[in-house]
Amino acid sequence: MKAFTQLYIDLDETNRTSQKLAVLKRYFRSAPPSDAAWALSFLSGDRLKRLIPNKLLRQWALEETQLPEWLLEESYDAVGDFAETLALLLPPGGGQADIALSHLIEDRLVPLATLSDEARHDLLVGTWRGLDAREKLVWNKMITGEFRVGVSKTLVIRAVAEVANISPGVMAHRLMGHWKPTAAEFERLLHPDAQAQDITRPYPFCLAYPLVGKAAELGPSTQWQVEWKWDGIRGQVIRREGHVGIWSRGEDLVTERFPEIQRAAHELPAGTVLDGEILAYEDGRPLPFGALQHRLGRKRVGAKLQSDYPVVFMTYDLLEDAGEDLRSKSMTERRQRLEHLLEKLPGPSPFKLSPLLPDADWVGIEQLFKQARASGVEGVMLKRKSSVYRVGRQKGDWWKWKTDPYHIDAVLIYAQQGHGRRASLYTDYTFGVWNAGQLVPIAKAYSGLSDEEIRKVDNFVRRNSTERFGPVRVVKPELVFELAFEGIQISNRHKAGVAVRFPRMSRWRDDKKAGDADTLDTLKALIAVPEASKVSEQNPPMAGVETSGI
Amino acid sequence: MPSEPLIVESPEGLYCPPGDFYVDPWKPVARAIITHAHGDHARWGSKAYLASQPGIAILRRRMGPDPTIEGMPYGTERMIGETRVSFHPAGHLLGSAQVRIEHRGETWVVSGDYKTEPDRTCAPFEVVPCHTFLTESTFALPVYRWKPQSEVFAQIQEWWKANQAVGQTSIIFAYALGKAQRILAALDPSIGPILVHGAVDPLNQLYRDAGIALPPTQFADAVSAKTTLGKALVIAPPSARGTPWLRKFQPFSAAFASGWMQLRGARRRRALDRGFILSDHADWPALLATVARTGARNIGVMHGNTAVLSRYLREQGYNAWELHTHHSDEAAEEDRSPMPEAEAPAP
Repeated sequence: MKAFTQLYIDLDETNRTSQKLAVLKRYFRSAPPSDAAWALSFLSGDRLKRLIPNKLLRQWALEETQLPEWLLEESYDAVGDFAETLALLLPPGGGQADIALSHLIEDRLVPLATLSDEARHDLLVGTWRGLDAREKLVWNKMITGEFRVGVSKTLVIRAVAEVANISPGVMAHRLMGHWKPTAAEFERLLHPDAQAQDITRPYPFCLAYPLVGKAAELGPSTQWQVEWKWDGIRGQVIRREGHVGIWSRGEDLVTERFPEIQRAAHELPAGTVLDGEILAYEDGRPLPFGALQHRLGRKRVGAKLQSDYPVVFMTYDLLEDAGEDLRSKSMTERRQRLEHLLEKLPGPSPFKLSPLLPDADWVGIEQLFKQARASGVEGVMLKRKSSVYRVGRQKGDWWKWKTDPYHIDAVLIYAQQGHGRRASLYTDYTFGVWNAGQLVPIAKAYSGLSDEEIRKVDNFVRRNSTERFGPVRVVKPELVFELAFEGIQISNRHKAGVAVRFPRMSRWRDDKKAGDADTLDTLKALIAVPEASKVSEQNPPMAGVETSGI
Repeated sequence: MPSEPLIVESPEGLYCPPGDFYVDPWKPVARAIITHAHGDHARWGSKAYLASQPGIAILRRRMGPDPTIEGMPYGTERMIGETRVSFHPAGHLLGSAQVRIEHRGETWVVSGDYKTEPDRTCAPFEVVPCHTFLTESTFALPVYRWKPQSEVFAQIQEWWKANQAVGQTSIIFAYALGKAQRILAALDPSIGPILVHGAVDPLNQLYRDAGIALPPTQFADAVSAKTTLGKALVIAPPSARGTPWLRKFQPFSAAFASGWMQLRGARRRRALDRGFILSDHADWPALLATVARTGARNIGVMHGNTAVLSRYLREQGYNAWELHTHHSDEAAEEDRSPMPEAEAPAP
């Protein structure tokens, strides 16, 4: 635990990527594989869920610290991070023995989820007493599932790849899917020629950059393949030997949710990996993203759900053909082989080929782009015909050209403190619009403000709170912000009756007063725009405000 | 609160009616008693200032030649109005004092800012028994517990050596008055050259004049930056962060020495390479211990986490209340320099 704690502190204490990479490599070189495996798992963002109810954690922390509850809350308010607060408050001492990270996790952390409360208490308090203050912080981070330390998964992968002396792309591939943090798996990861790839594993996705400038600046339009940008969930369909798997971009196995795609995938030749979009689709036209969410929300997908919300796999890339990894081939070649493959599929199939838009100059392409929203898609994709299939989000080859977002002016009504570098600042906001003289919550937003603006809003929140509900402060409705969002639709789950997608603050309207903000009717009028809502590749849940919330 | 208060809140600052003087007033008054020379406690504009003798030189530099500035050695007494007044070391920085006020058998002490840990650059904090203690509360939360300073100084020197090993200059941002000298006094000059920013240098001289031993330092400018590249440790005020002056020292690693560095969020927001947790204020245990040791049952809580400390003390059976002062909360304070006129980037 000491080496891992030092790694955590080192990563936390530097802002320089080169230095982060160096300390990661040092750790992965020297740590026992059983520890390194867990370290990799946590640093990649995996977490063990629901280990201990928050209420019990607080109760036992209060017993250990002998502090009144209000003082714990005041401390949490100042620190902004619960794991850190506890580490600072718990009695000092401990840390004499160095417990192996794997031992700590497997024998103390994992069992927390299943033991009786009494046994949990003894295990937790006993562990606290045995760790020093810095180790307590890392341990608490693991318990509370807020294990963030300012390294990207890409960087962690790069570090392990450099230790193994293989390319980050290969390492990323080895780490895709359900990877288990064991010594054996870690050693397999590091093996210079681990050819025996797991047949269930997807490839790392190639992601597009948003197009900011003019498309014409990308050079001759003839060098670009142009397609619609679909409004679904990015996914890979894998058919290898007897195995079929459907993976979403979030690296979740979603095979069971889409039985019609699963069935059809068995018809694919062995050694095939398709890249595309899982899309709700009916009568030759995409359905709004919300339709797809009905499918995602259910564990069991029966016949009725399948016929109410039919889905297709809108295929646009071929990553593996007859067992051959095609990622180093050009887009044009992959496309040709994809068309050839799909042509041979029998009858009506959920595997649709994402059509190429007709060749045109940039002016013509822009006209197509303008029809995107009416066509139920969210823009167009521009892919360089000569490009290979790269790992992650890389500039230059794939661009997503999305239609302009919606805008609305809304009033800040609730605020909550952020996490990580925004801990102890009020950075998470809920916004409302007017309806019958009341402000109804319509969206939460966290991003879009500069640090300077965040400090100003934080200051406002502290001076203008009217009520508190746990960590949430109700603030005087005075500040108006322009929110941008990608889509809007009717929702029964939300108090306002509508849900917006990807809301963020596009501008602080300090020229406006709360009374100038928009109304719910204005917002609802936006829904009249064709029932084609929008999505980007991340597919988060609808980011509105739940009725059950505050 | 006891029946006849010796200190009351007024628009100008804390006022002593039977003595007709103010303690650390934030508006100009006829007679100001000053606990220490930091900008939020020692403000311009009053006619006459009274402070501890060791603090006079720094106060003069801050106030200029115009006002009357008088000093009293620690522990000596003087009648002011109907009160007997004396200064006692507060351990915050050179010349920092607690003010003891006695009137008809009743004793009040205004703590000013204080720390109880020893400091080579100033007289150690003295517990002054009293009936009513007005305490600061900058770090009044149980999350603030300082490590022994020897550990922090060791960390600083290890960091300095590690930077040297990779050819980086070490830059420590520290409050120019007090913190800078405390760090300097703890540094081992055999590790490498020590440079000080133009806002720190004249204050060092005042410390040296007062007989405080500080290691030899060079003025941090383009010339010394070049000759000590990759080896030096530079002490600069927080306001030097992000100025063009810093570029002379590239490549460097930057650190901030402050009690606020106890919280990761505070450090990460400043985008620093390191945060050293070193404060000239009492931490939570020291605040509670000091309150207990004064023997006072009446505790007025000033600038900082007044609500938290006063509530906690009430729950412990004290008669505690909040005083509203205009002394800034130090979160903002430590990002400023105490002496703006000395702030121009070094030539």
